[in-house]
Amino acid sequence: MKTKLKKTKAQKQGSDSPLDAMKIRTVSGRGIPLPGNDIDTDRIIPARFMKCITFDDLGQYAFYDARFGENGVKKEHPFNHPKYKEGTVLIVNRNFGCGSSREHAPQSLRRHGIRAIIGESFAEIFYDNCTAIGLPIMTSTRENVEGLMSLVKESPTTEVKIDLVKREASCGDFSIAIEQPDQTRKALTEGTWDSTAELLSSLEQIKAVAGKLPYMNGYQAGAKQ
Amino acid sequence: MSRSLFEKVWEMHKIRKLPTGKDQIFIGLHLIHEVTSPQAFSMIRESGLKIPFPQNTFATVDHIVPTALQERPFQDGLAEKMMVAIENNTKEFGIRFFGFDTAKQGIVHVIGPELGLTLPGLTIACGDSHTSTHGAFGALAFGIGTTQIKDLLATQTLSLSKPKSRRINVHGNLGKGVYAKDVILAIIHKLGVNGGIGYCYEYNGDVLTQMSMEERMTICNMTIEGGARMGYVNPDQTTFDYLRGREYSPQGDEFKRAVEFWKSISSDKDATYNDVVNLDGAKMEPMVTWGINPGQAIGISENFPEVQSFKEEDRQTAEEAYKFMSFKPGKSVKGTSIDVAFIGSCTNGRLSDLREAAKIVKGRKAAKNVKALVVPGSQQVASAAEREGLDQVFTEAGFEWRKAGCSMCLAMNPDRLTGREICASSSNRNFKGRQGSPTGRTILMSPAMVAAAAIKGKVADVREFLD
Repeated sequence: MKTKLKKTKAQKQGSDSPLDAMKIRTVSGRGIPLPGNDIDTDRIIPARFMKCITFDDLGQYAFYDARFGENGVKKEHPFNHPKYKEGTVLIVNRNFGCGSSREHAPQSLRRHGIRAIIGESFAEIFYDNCTAIGLPIMTSTRENVEGLMSLVKESPTTEVKIDLVKREASCGDFSIAIEQPDQTRKALTEGTWDSTAELLSSLEQIKAVAGKLPYMNGYQAGAKQ
Repeated sequence: MSRSLFEKVWEMHKIRKLPTGKDQIFIGLHLIHEVTSPQAFSMIRESGLKIPFPQNTFATVDHIVPTALQERPFQDGLAEKMMVAIENNTKEFGIRFFGFDTAKQGIVHVIGPELGLTLPGLTIACGDSHTSTHGAFGALAFGIGTTQIKDLLATQTLSLSKPKSRRINVHGNLGKGVYAKDVILAIIHKLGVNGGIGYCYEYNGDVLTQMSMEERMTICNMTIEGGARMGYVNPDQTTFDYLRGREYSPQGDEFKRAVEFWKSISSDKDATYNDVVNLDGAKMEPMVTWGINPGQAIGISENFPEVQSFKEEDRQTAEEAYKFMSFKPGKSVKGTSIDVAFIGSCTNGRLSDLREAAKIVKGRKAAKNVKALVVPGSQQVASAAEREGLDQVFTEAGFEWRKAGCSMCLAMNPDRLTGREICASSSNRNFKGRQGSPTGRTILMSPAMVAAAAIKGKVADVREFLD
């Protein structure tokens, strides 16, 4: 099934409302297939590159040790392959982003140009970190992911088009269903993935709940769990 | 209605349901270290945000600290820059910082419990995946990313999806030479490195209830290696005894009241879980990893498994692991030569870990070509160990006795593997390149097993040392 995907109004025109500008409803771009299960965040960004106090320079170090051998010799890796040079939609297998909680991992991928990730499954902290920075990730079945990977391998210039609202991704005539938890989809498509303002809006309520917690009031009687 | 500790503590901390459908959860204790926090402080500053609960936030430095020479400025300019950043950030925002001069510095997951900051019934978050460690006290403790640290600093709350619950019972009694590390490696091996995604674990059963707090911390620490973000043990007398008299624990009458509260949050007898898993502790033996994730583990008496023995979906990772490790299926893991032995980390860098390793080492010598080092988890662990003379035991056996830090667990400081070295390590991750050399290899095991491997110069069965 072929689906025509339209850019949101906000993406087309820029936007007046800051919330509109943050709405992520569709993502389109060439794919990069990165096969393999259990790819951990140490592999995405080796620890030695975390010696920094900003995320700014991390893009160049994404998958560094998988891409470069000693003396900087290039290795066979999708991120090095000329045919995926313009890829922005990363396609992965199972339990991607496991291990460390380092946000440096999604930050390096985004700075490398990745705008969305489709995979069989993701580690939870990695998933939350991606959502928190507005990098949408979606799951699909193994069969679908493998299908998409082969298609991109054969036809790397064909764009992968993702529609978060319709929950589907397509590449040419090939179309697959994609899953996200409702809460994540809502946050991304409604532009509320930067949660600080929303959380802060209930500061009085926060203080009220905190005051009733036994460990916040000297374990005084009356504090109930 | 009967509820688990997880249900009770989650509900108690819930501020409200957010418009997205996630829960807004109050966090009782926020721990900070130098690697994942500087960007969050920058975000706070740039957005003009305030920190409403600085008294619930504590910081230390662990990942980048050198464990040999700690003179300032550090020889590594980038490490020094990060150290200065956390010193300045905590000072500016009024957050208690445990630096070298406090004698309380150490790995964040070691000092939280030893200072009595980690308490039952708390929600605890830190920009580090091994925050699950603190679940040993009956807290809901989990790792977060840097943008979430910003949320937490600015609101003392997080936007979270409520996980499902799984109770893991380990029955029976552990055999001699089988430690908490072996139990958690056995659990991860059984459930897989992705088996826990979406779950909060409750560890229970005779083996857990008989364990010390430090052993429970080892178990909870590696919860994340099995894919679950948090895991806990219900608080009991062992927990209360551990906490009594610690610096930040409640004192006097307040402690008595606290114990009543802590008892009340334990899981009810007939609480229900989304899933229950049972394991027999009596059947466990010392475990070692052979591959590139903590689930690729076997008992010390087993041979490297055949690729065909794995489920189809796991074969590719198994093949990749064999290629990286240069091990051969069918061969015995015992006898694999090692180059480095590392005892330390938030998994196994506590006093009881060093004691168990010292028992094996005492009166023996590390093999000539093995570089062996012991890195205590905190300054307090180091001084307690030194008071017992453990440092002597190790140095006399040819081990290096270092200062507190994360060290070779992730090699952000000068301690790292070179080239293809193989390290017998008491840490938590055997990922490719984890210990600082992109081609370096890690074999995870208990601290006592690392000690045995250091002495033999090869992977050995610690039970042969215990008589």
